Amino acid sequence: MSLGPYASFIVTSYALVAAIVLMLIVWIAIDYRNQKERLRELEASGVVRRSGRQATEI
Amino acid sequence: MTLIDLANPTKFLSLTARVLPWLAGATTILLLIGLYQAATAPDDYQQGATVKIMFIHVPNAWLSMFVWGVMSIAALGTLVWRHPLADVAAKAAAPIGAAFTFLALVTGSLWGRPMWGTYWEWDARLTSVLILFLMYLGLMALWRAVDDPSRAARAAAVLTLVGALNLPIIKFSVDWWNTLHQPAAVLRMGGTSLDKAFLIPLLVMALGFSLLFVTLHIAAMRNEILRRRVRSLQMMQASQQAA
Amino acid sequence: MTALAALIRRDIKIALRVGGGALIGVLFFLTVTVLMPFAIGPDLPLLTRLGPAILWLGALLASLLTLDRLFTADHEDGSLDLIVMGRTPLELACAAKALAHWLAAGVPLIVATPALGLLLNLDVTATSAVALTLLVGTPALTFTGMIGAALAVTLHRGGLLLAVLVLPLSIPVLIFGVAASQAAISGPLPFGTPFSILCALSLVSLVVGPFAAAASLRHGLD
Repeated sequence: MSLGPYASFIVTSYALVAAIVLMLIVWIAIDYRNQKERLRELEASGVVRRSGRQATEI
Repeated sequence: MTLIDLANPTKFLSLTARVLPWLAGATTILLLIGLYQAATAPDDYQQGATVKIMFIHVPNAWLSMFVWGVMSIAALGTLVWRHPLADVAAKAAAPIGAAFTFLALVTGSLWGRPMWGTYWEWDARLTSVLILFLMYLGLMALWRAVDDPSRAARAAAVLTLVGALNLPIIKFSVDWWNTLHQPAAVLRMGGTSLDKAFLIPLLVMALGFSLLFVTLHIAAMRNEILRRRVRSLQMMQASQQAA
Repeated sequence: MTALAALIRRDIKIALRVGGGALIGVLFFLTVTVLMPFAIGPDLPLLTRLGPAILWLGALLASLLTLDRLFTADHEDGSLDLIVMGRTPLELACAAKALAHWLAAGVPLIVATPALGLLLNLDVTATSAVALTLLVGTPALTFTGMIGAALAVTLHRGGLLLAVLVLPLSIPVLIFGVAASQAAISGPLPFGTPFSILCALSLVSLVVGPFAAAASLRHGLD
């Protein structure tokens, strides 16, 4: 697949899109882990939800 | 399960757990197919291989506007129907939409460089996307400026709807401004009607990116619901300790 | 109607007091217009060409500066809560406040335009064109800016956020204001086309602004 004289532009575009999409996925995954961690800590310190369910329950 | 069940955050969370793996899988498959089709697409008569940038620029540009539309519907849900998940949907969508808008700008600039010779040309379409990017950033700033989540949601909802109303006006004005100062029609992005060899990869990529947004959005909504649960538990803990 | 008239009179009186914000807007307009040639250079033909754009940018920034005061003073002393809870429809009250603000802060900008036009070497046609477009366009800036002011009213240092929110919405007014001025001076375009679009933008903002501002105030002041 020959990308012509402007190959670097094409590759950079695709690389940037991949990078930003990857960053979004990683950010969302890390945020998920952080929130679960905080919920676990709160549960361990004795707070009870109004419904009585587990704090970390999805 | 009816639509009203979705209004319950707990039911929504259990739904996300079931649905997310499938969405992620479908997104990956579509994007891989799209990438393969983009790679094997022929060269354009005028633009050569750089037409391949179109396959990622156009979906991001379309998504940047689509996400504002999703946020507008969520805004109506907040202001008119007071749907409990509308706030969550709106807040979760903003950073994702901003990211797609940023990508549309960057890929547009990189696409323009071989065609125009400069990285930025104040072309009507890219300029409108730049203004849209500023509006996304302003909206995200407003979300973070107000402490109380439901007040922030209502302020953001008003701004989202005002923005939605203004977007066609801005697009029209920028088009007008552009033709005023650049009477010679420069090589327009996207060219004239698309050949089938380009249209199919473009549609597949557009669909793939749209599914990507839906996947990311639902995952982000799940995080936002958990974040609110943390906040209410922290407040309960604080009031228990004070008592 | 007398309630609205009283609101307008009160706002104008407060704005025209020392420190009330009306005249400081004109001062800022003057300062910005004087600042531009220092950046651009004393090249008179260039300044004449850029004249309408410089005046319009100055007026835009000056009206942005004074928008802060539209609701914050009332919010701080509690009268905003009274206005929100009053019997007059909040949309009309917001429109009245915006009208008062425009009369006190916007009209002086228009009056100052001929003097500033001299600084930029603009002739009578150019200056009148700019003044006329400002006359029609500054209401749009005030009424649209009111939305940002209402959104930012409860934030302590909401001034910059207000600017960031309002500026993208002001871009169409800026485009057509300058285009109409240029059309009157030199353009091949008839003055009427961009001018009537400018009028349309102002008329739309007269409706959308009060409704959006009222919604923001209602939801934001709980």
